[in-house]
Amino acid sequence: MSDKLHLDRASLHQLYRQMLRIRNFEARCVELYQAQQIRGFLHLYDGQEAVAVGVTSALRDGDAVLATYREHGHALAKGVPMDTLMAEMLGKQQGCCRGRGGSMHIFDQPRRFYGGNAIVGGGLPLAVGIAMADQQLRPGAVTVCFFGEGAVAEGAFHESLNLAALWRLPLLFVCENNLYAMGVPLAESDAQPEVYRKAEAYRVTAAQVDGMDPVQVAAAASLAIAELRAGHGPWLLECRTYRYRAHSMFDTQAYRSKDEVEQWRQQDPIARLQQWLLANQQISPEEVGRIDADIRAEIDAAVAFAEAGTPEPLAELTRFVLMDSVVQEQAP
Amino acid sequence: MSRITYREACRQAIRAALLADPRCFVMGEDVGRYGGCYAVTKGLLEEFGPQRIRDTPLAENGIAGAGVGAALAGLRPIVEIMTCNFSLLALDQIMNNAASLSHMSGGQFAVPLVIRMATGGGRQLAAQHSHSLEGWYAHIPGLKVLVPATVEDARHMLAAALADPNPVLIFEHIVLYNAEGELDDTVTAVDIAHAKVRRSGSDISLVSYGNSLPKCLAAAEQLAGEGIQADVIDLRVLRPLDGATIIESVRRTHRCLIVDEGWRSGSISAEIAARLADEALYELDAPVRRVCSAEVPVPYAAQMEAAALPQVADIVAAARALLRPAG
Amino acid sequence: MPSLGADMETGKLVQWLVKAGDRVKSGDVVAVVETHKGAIDVEIFLDGIIDNLAAVDKEVPVGTVLATVRPPGETAIMPAPGAAPAVLATPVSVVTPSEVAPRIAANLGRTRISPAARLRAQQLGVDVAALGAGSGEGGAIGLRDVEAAARPLPASPPPSAGSTVHCGFDPAQMRLAIAAAMGRSKREIPHYYLTDSIDFTAATQWLAAWNAGQPPEQRLLPAVLLLKACARALQAYPQFNGFYLDGGFQAGKGIHIGWAIALRGGGLVAPAIHDVDRQGLPQLMTAMRELVQRARAGGLRSSELGDPTITVTSLGERGAESVLGVIYPPQVVIIGFGRVQPRPWVVNGQLAVRDVLAVSLAADHRVTDGHLGGQLLAAINEALQHPDIL
Repeated sequence: MSDKLHLDRASLHQLYRQMLRIRNFEARCVELYQAQQIRGFLHLYDGQEAVAVGVTSALRDGDAVLATYREHGHALAKGVPMDTLMAEMLGKQQGCCRGRGGSMHIFDQPRRFYGGNAIVGGGLPLAVGIAMADQQLRPGAVTVCFFGEGAVAEGAFHESLNLAALWRLPLLFVCENNLYAMGVPLAESDAQPEVYRKAEAYRVTAAQVDGMDPVQVAAAASLAIAELRAGHGPWLLECRTYRYRAHSMFDTQAYRSKDEVEQWRQQDPIARLQQWLLANQQISPEEVGRIDADIRAEIDAAVAFAEAGTPEPLAELTRFVLMDSVVQEQAP
Repeated sequence: MSRITYREACRQAIRAALLADPRCFVMGEDVGRYGGCYAVTKGLLEEFGPQRIRDTPLAENGIAGAGVGAALAGLRPIVEIMTCNFSLLALDQIMNNAASLSHMSGGQFAVPLVIRMATGGGRQLAAQHSHSLEGWYAHIPGLKVLVPATVEDARHMLAAALADPNPVLIFEHIVLYNAEGELDDTVTAVDIAHAKVRRSGSDISLVSYGNSLPKCLAAAEQLAGEGIQADVIDLRVLRPLDGATIIESVRRTHRCLIVDEGWRSGSISAEIAARLADEALYELDAPVRRVCSAEVPVPYAAQMEAAALPQVADIVAAARALLRPAG
Repeated sequence: MPSLGADMETGKLVQWLVKAGDRVKSGDVVAVVETHKGAIDVEIFLDGIIDNLAAVDKEVPVGTVLATVRPPGETAIMPAPGAAPAVLATPVSVVTPSEVAPRIAANLGRTRISPAARLRAQQLGVDVAALGAGSGEGGAIGLRDVEAAARPLPASPPPSAGSTVHCGFDPAQMRLAIAAAMGRSKREIPHYYLTDSIDFTAATQWLAAWNAGQPPEQRLLPAVLLLKACARALQAYPQFNGFYLDGGFQAGKGIHIGWAIALRGGGLVAPAIHDVDRQGLPQLMTAMRELVQRARAGGLRSSELGDPTITVTSLGERGAESVLGVIYPPQVVIIGFGRVQPRPWVVNGQLAVRDVLAVSLAADHRVTDGHLGGQLLAAINEALQHPDIL
């Protein structure tokens, strides 16, 4: 991929800021998890931030996004407010899903963020349907579906690529190839470990990019999305990336070496972008400090909001199982 | 009044839905050029074009999921799955997404999706095309499960399902497609909330749905000849189950025989029996009995298939035994 | 487990008053059984050595073997290891009335009745145990059986003060039992009623004379005269002493008068005073005192509850003027006495003030007619005019 895309100073700052927001937000989540304020599974995006941030930088408000159970980063990048996100992590009524979803099921209807899906490959067919609807109801809108390389072994991946290609849907498939499906290395789970090459079988345009480089990701995504908006069918981006932390919180990481993790850390997208910005006088140390402080303040406020949140009353337990009453309430 | 087949009633329902709402479309395997595996959508491709009568590859999970996504994003999809045995390939999308999204998202998203599928045995299609899995789906919170047994329901349930904000599954019985019935032209809508008493009687409640309904009505006719008056309940909706109508009937008859083409163990008939035990125990003057399919994969050969499915004679015998025990 | 009433299905053995190897004789109280009507002493009807005592604190069906009794001198038969006493095959007689056991065994200890029928039976006061096999599967009792038994379905009257039922301590259970028995009575028994007024002056005077100088515990109460007078009358008219069973009258073996006793917590019982006609007044008085005491303390014996041949109720000094009773099935008559009070009375053409007592009789028209009933009342009246020969 080329990096022909021209990114101005503000855009670069935005990439940096968003990645740092995600990283620091999740760092606070780990704290809260260890303090047992966040429970259940907690899958961290640590290391992969460039992918969500790079891709969403190319999106507009009316575009749709679907992600996986490792989706805090995508949600924040798509504009889901940090306070309702944090309140959801804490299972509060003020959470975006009123405490029903938790870490793996973040939804935000106004931002067209369709989850959070804890079934590997579960979001892909949904993305096909959303893109279908957009093709008819919202011309020019695109759908982005993030999934891990583990999902490409699922039938849903193949069915969805085929359907999207058959119907020329404005759908961008983003495979975040972090090399391990839980503990299974890619080479052991896929006969063809070059994920982007699978797209060819479905006549889906595909590219492989360095998922640790937000600029490269943004550039590739911009190109793909422009193609989609022009009605030129679906795309697949394979972003080679890495998660520094465990699959979930409880993981001995026996499947990889500390050296390997350390090597990938050397390519950290946030550190590298910061160094580049400073070296090229695109950002001042004061601006770095201010961004840091802003983010810390935003996270503090989100935690305070979440902690002040109230539990969903148990009388509401079965509310929204069926939507009859919700739709009736909205009718007048 | 007009006399039409159940298949034609289904077709008219789809056509009316497509005419009424531009967001509505049909998607499924062979729904277009082929005209539908059971010819329900015959002629609709010509009338509405390939955008709204969308042939799909053989990808049940993909199709069902695409239906969920399309519904989430504002369309009104009617997904056809050829037979409910195939729907198991789509079970992930139906259960994990369609049924769960509304609650999981805290009510942010409705999934106004309709999935139609053929169900049931009786056409010697053997073990991978003949089962009745509607009872399984009725287990899942977040879904509505409809089982039209009459031409009126076949004609009008779809509109109610499309107007519903929830994912609705409609199970059409393969044997009923050829059945004819009188369609009352003055009826323009039906509800999808209540069971219906299809025949009144005071001696025993026969509770059934789908293709078991005509069997129960035939059985009731025979029983009437013996002086036994059966109340015949057509469940119509398996989820949410209209327990009140069942209990109201049992309150009059004090005896209940449930006829269910599903397997007995862990079935909707078991659920009904449990509810009667729970909520109507002191109305019961005899054990709740069931006539269900034999617990085998439905076999091909005619005599074995017939023996595996509930038959009129089984229903008559079971009803008689409840009312006139020998000895 | 003896049946201590027609509606008793199970009982719980709460205490043995003997131990294995003890010599027992007929009439001994050997155990205490708790029923839904309360704790009741169990008598034994055999002489011998008691053995194989069943475990206490277990609810068992009527008919379950609680112990075996072997004639003195016979070798003990030990139960097989692990075998429950209840199923012990024993060559010797058992405590329970033998005819009860087979029926219960066939039913596995539980009446086969549909839930709807059980509820309806309760509402209509139908005694389920008395219905026998029903028309449902395997002889299960169904709604139609209960409704047939209840026909023509009059509203269940509240039991009158003169009605009699078995002993009990749980007021709710007792109320149910009274409702069942009285409901059945009013449905099944065509009652006829007769009343009369008795000049009780002779009796009052005789009692005053008798009691003069006696210590309180030796004094006779008017009730004992009433009891004995009834027994005398029943000797003359045995058609009233017995039961209506299987479509006909069966004379009672002996005159065992059920004496209605109101319990302090509410409810009442009518345990039997046995062979009233063969006992002297002081002896009867003792029996009556003891019976009332034990009834109120909850220590009635099974035979006292099981076998009255007639019921007599007396409202006493603080009761109403008169009472019209409800027959306790399967008995065929209930005699009721009101309050003794001074009344204007014509004696030899002259108005006088006399002690007057209202007596009533409610009798089963299937067994006797009013004419005979009148003669019974007259006989009671006559007997009370001559207390000295009672």
